Amino acid sequence: MSKSRETCRGLSFLPLLAAACLICLACVAAFGAAFASEKKLDIGREATAEEIAGWDIDIRPDGHGLPVGRGTVKQGEPLYVERCAACHGEFGESAGRWPILSGGNGTLASHDPVKSVGSYWPYASTIIDYIRRAMPFGASQTLTNDELYAITAYVLFLNDIVTSEDFELSDKNFRTIKLPNEPNFFDDDREVAEKAFWRTDPCMSNCISGDAVVTGRAKVIDVTPDPGTGPKVE
Amino acid sequence: MTDRHASRRDLLRAGLATGGLLVAGAAGAGPQKGNPANQPPNVPDWTRNLGEGVAVRSYGKPSEFEKDIIRRDVEWLTASRESSVSFTPLHALDGPITPNGLCFERHHSGIAEVDPADYRLILHGLVDKPLIFTLDDIKRMPRVNRPYFCECAANSGMEWRGSQLNGCQYTHGMVHCVMYTGVPLKTLLDEAGIKAKAKWLLLEGGDSAAMTRSLPLAKALDDVLIAYRMNGEMLYPENGYPVRAVIPGWEANMWVKWLRRIEVGDQPWHHREETSKYTDLLENGKARRFTYVMDPKSVITSPSPQAPLNHKSGFTVLSGLAWSGRGKIGRVDVSLDGGRNWRTARLDGPVWDKALTRFYYEFDWDGRELLLQSRAMDETGYVQPSKAELRKVRGVNSIYHNNGIQTWQLHTNGEVENVEIS
Repeated sequence: MSKSRETCRGLSFLPLLAAACLICLACVAAFGAAFASEKKLDIGREATAEEIAGWDIDIRPDGHGLPVGRGTVKQGEPLYVERCAACHGEFGESAGRWPILSGGNGTLASHDPVKSVGSYWPYASTIIDYIRRAMPFGASQTLTNDELYAITAYVLFLNDIVTSEDFELSDKNFRTIKLPNEPNFFDDDREVAEKAFWRTDPCMSNCISGDAVVTGRAKVIDVTPDPGTGPKVE
Repeated sequence: MTDRHASRRDLLRAGLATGGLLVAGAAGAGPQKGNPANQPPNVPDWTRNLGEGVAVRSYGKPSEFEKDIIRRDVEWLTASRESSVSFTPLHALDGPITPNGLCFERHHSGIAEVDPADYRLILHGLVDKPLIFTLDDIKRMPRVNRPYFCECAANSGMEWRGSQLNGCQYTHGMVHCVMYTGVPLKTLLDEAGIKAKAKWLLLEGGDSAAMTRSLPLAKALDDVLIAYRMNGEMLYPENGYPVRAVIPGWEANMWVKWLRRIEVGDQPWHHREETSKYTDLLENGKARRFTYVMDPKSVITSPSPQAPLNHKSGFTVLSGLAWSGRGKIGRVDVSLDGGRNWRTARLDGPVWDKALTRFYYEFDWDGRELLLQSRAMDETGYVQPSKAELRKVRGVNSIYHNNGIQTWQLHTNGEVENVEIS
């Protein structure tokens, strides 16, 4: 097609061929129309059930994707201590700047909110899904399904969501687990709640009375990396 | 000949050392003095001698004298480099496009080094026919070129409670803007045929975090791209090589890198990055979720703490960036007195939809201390709020989506610092 277009461009000063050019353009239009239709490209091939199963690891709050398996709090404890505690702390309290898993109940409206599984996360399925896809850090997708349930059960225990060490979590009872903060999430409503930020005529002069006063300086906190130094190579 | 080259190299080395010192010293403002032996009436070494030939630098990189213009991180922010962020040096760039090697990085479990021969994308779930694509398959499809900004929802997140970091690289550097080449996601969905019940998609990365986000189907059918090139080159590994999602105007966490799987479903997945993270905690303890759109925002990139003025007064060009996840930038205003009075800046270069837009404001600086601000307005009429206005409706615990107006204090010696004002 591009070849015929070039031919047209090169010879279009000849009236006869100019007419041919119009035909070319018609061709282009026709091709464009066919292209815009829903006609399939027939690129790619059907994925096999086996291929999908190898990568399909997601789990949803409604139980979609839960693997067959089970594990108790008691079974989860040694696994957690061995595979998780170095970063998340023995009781989920976090080591250093690694994510905290437990505690923080009642802090969300405070000046220092602690967003743990128990205090903040809305769904238990998020725990098992994330452990299954991304944990342990640096050795992801190495846990067995039973280990996933056992560690998840232990994390729920650390958060007092389940209280017995004999509690067994499985794909059968998973949907009965509810996290307390679920009702405190709401969908994005900025276009309504922050409607005032849409202004047709923003103020241009004497917008605030009095001179501006500096009330804070980044240099006082002094946490900016030094200029001229690159990242450390580890 | 050998001697001459050796001496040339020595001189070059000496020059570099001097240059390096001067660059480091630039933070204290004032013009660079350089080496008088290279300045008129003397003829510098680079004029007397042959330089390196072609293809010695088979893949070009910036001058040695620009070696400090790099992505930087803030070590105390995160627990490890594999789950961390590095920032674009916005203060040292101009125009609307970010060079590939300087685009900010955010990884959750490090960079996946994907062999393109083994790359596969699986599309399944509520579809008529589950499909698997190779990279060649994706490259065979009709493609488009679109420039978009990509901003982390946590950009400026460290500034909610007050000025913390001295430099727009750190306060605003989790944004970049490149020209993507890719296939509309709709093309792939049409190939598979989506079922009537379909409402949501799950995008999943092939990295060690298998990063996932839920994406509303309506957005997927609108303007989402399955991209494999940035600024003409194949994506860089740190930006998702060989294939990433491009979700125009929406928070960067959704732009899943090393994309390996798309599942079509009828409800959101509520995964870690859309529950524990990337939800906006308000003052009353309730949290806003699915806050995808990046609201209008702007920042003055020069002068700024890392880009001080080297003159004491006179003609001055103030330069900055503005962007909106809701559409095109309509206007940018600039204030020299901490938001008391505003002048409209000049937009220069292309004003693309959901892309970085460059603005300039030229003025005659009288050498006095100034409080510099910029205020973006987009085509929907949204006006970038002050930090006080934003804190009033969100509190200071949100972490994400801080698009408040930034204030830089320009001192009489040309130095600039990040300040809060009343």
